[in-house]
Amino acid sequence: MPKKVSEIDEGFVLKTPLSSMQTKTGSWRAFRAVIDYNKCITCGICWSLCPEPAIYLKDNKYTVDYDYCKGCGICAQECPVKAISMVRESD
Amino acid sequence: MKTILLSGNTSLSYAVKQLDVDVISAYPITPQTTMVEKLSEYVANGELNAEFIPVESEHSALTAALAASAAGARVFTSTSSQGLLLMHEILFITAAMRMPVVMGIADRAVSAPINIWNDHSDIMAQRDAGWICFFAESAQEAYDKTIQSYRVAEDENVHLPVNLNFDGFILTHTYEPVTTLDDEEVLKYAPKKIRSLVLDPKSPYTFGALGSPEYYFEAKYQAVKALEDSFDAIVKADKEYKKISGRGYGIFNAYMTDDADTILVSLGSIGGSVREIVRRMRRDGAKVGSLSLKLFRPFPAKQIVDTLLKTKSVVVLEKATSPGAISGPLHMEIQASLKTFDVTIPAINIIAGLGGREIGPEDIRIMFNKGLKVASQKRVDTIMDYVGVNI
Repeated sequence: MPKKVSEIDEGFVLKTPLSSMQTKTGSWRAFRAVIDYNKCITCGICWSLCPEPAIYLKDNKYTVDYDYCKGCGICAQECPVKAISMVRESD
Repeated sequence: MKTILLSGNTSLSYAVKQLDVDVISAYPITPQTTMVEKLSEYVANGELNAEFIPVESEHSALTAALAASAAGARVFTSTSSQGLLLMHEILFITAAMRMPVVMGIADRAVSAPINIWNDHSDIMAQRDAGWICFFAESAQEAYDKTIQSYRVAEDENVHLPVNLNFDGFILTHTYEPVTTLDDEEVLKYAPKKIRSLVLDPKSPYTFGALGSPEYYFEAKYQAVKALEDSFDAIVKADKEYKKISGRGYGIFNAYMTDDADTILVSLGSIGGSVREIVRRMRRDGAKVGSLSLKLFRPFPAKQIVDTLLKTKSVVVLEKATSPGAISGPLHMEIQASLKTFDVTIPAINIIAGLGGREIGPEDIRIMFNKGLKVASQKRVDTIMDYVGVNI
């Protein structure tokens, strides 16, 4: 349920930091970025270019956070070893 | 209280100085230039302790004003014509972010052809931005309304930007004796108020965030409702101002409207000329009246309809047109107001004075005679008519 008008601060000022985390933009996705760890060289280019950012380093592996990945495909385009493929969500 | 010789432009500058504004960001444009020049002079010679930001465009002028306002500063900017059009997107942002920015608009025609003279095409193109919108008839009124604008904008029940329209050259560059208040009186009437939601590194808030479909509608509605609800604060500010200055303007000036067969509705400086023609035509026995609007947003529909109720026809004179529309912006609003309150009075629209074309006494007589003709015929042949153009 959206908030009521009276519950929104004047001028849509947000008093709580990181409120954008509440909007799970992953639902907007048509294609999902999938990393092939046999090819990945852990260079970090996908991490540095993800505009969300929805790629983070976990146990020395770059991992996609599907709660926020919008499926833009920049990581797949820029990966120097073509380790990232864009997979249609319905597949 | 002293009376000094001021132009429309310098009357605003003088009021802004007395209001002890903290930040001025503006870009010069004819016919507003002398106002900004005077303000920069006040800052340079130490009469006004403010930050003067000489920005590179009007887009930046309003953006800087909006940002300074977000930081809690009392701000001023002003522009005209193409400059106002360049502010377009920031106008909407300022209103929806509820920033009490005050702006003077020296109303001027919009290109093409390039034209620096007065009409209302600039503000009418921006009327849906969500600002409170005043029109002044004289330099005195421009001075008084500037002071009132801060009181209204910064009212805790309002928190909205205000634009004050005064006609380019006709008001901006003509001098008249302006009776001013003392500095202390001005600040007592319109004291600077501390807002709770401001940019502060110690307590960081997010301003201008994304409002996805889950949030946008409510946020927008809040700003729209605030403009509707600002009406009471506007009326109160005018009444309180009258108490300290002896001058109050109301939301419009109704002159000889009670028994009028036709009433001419106008905006801005032409109101004085219209009243003079009302006096002359009344001497000849024609029952005509004038309604000069001071407040355009929020639109005082109910009050206007109450004043027009007994007349037989209405003439809406405006210095702007809406190409391809059924009539001009003000006429559409008046027509809709009458219809909304179930009042059937024929209302015609006269477009005149575009690009600074003089509206003379004879032109106003022609308009009244058109209105009287409609009143006797009880029907409208042509909704929209142009007076003063060589067709």
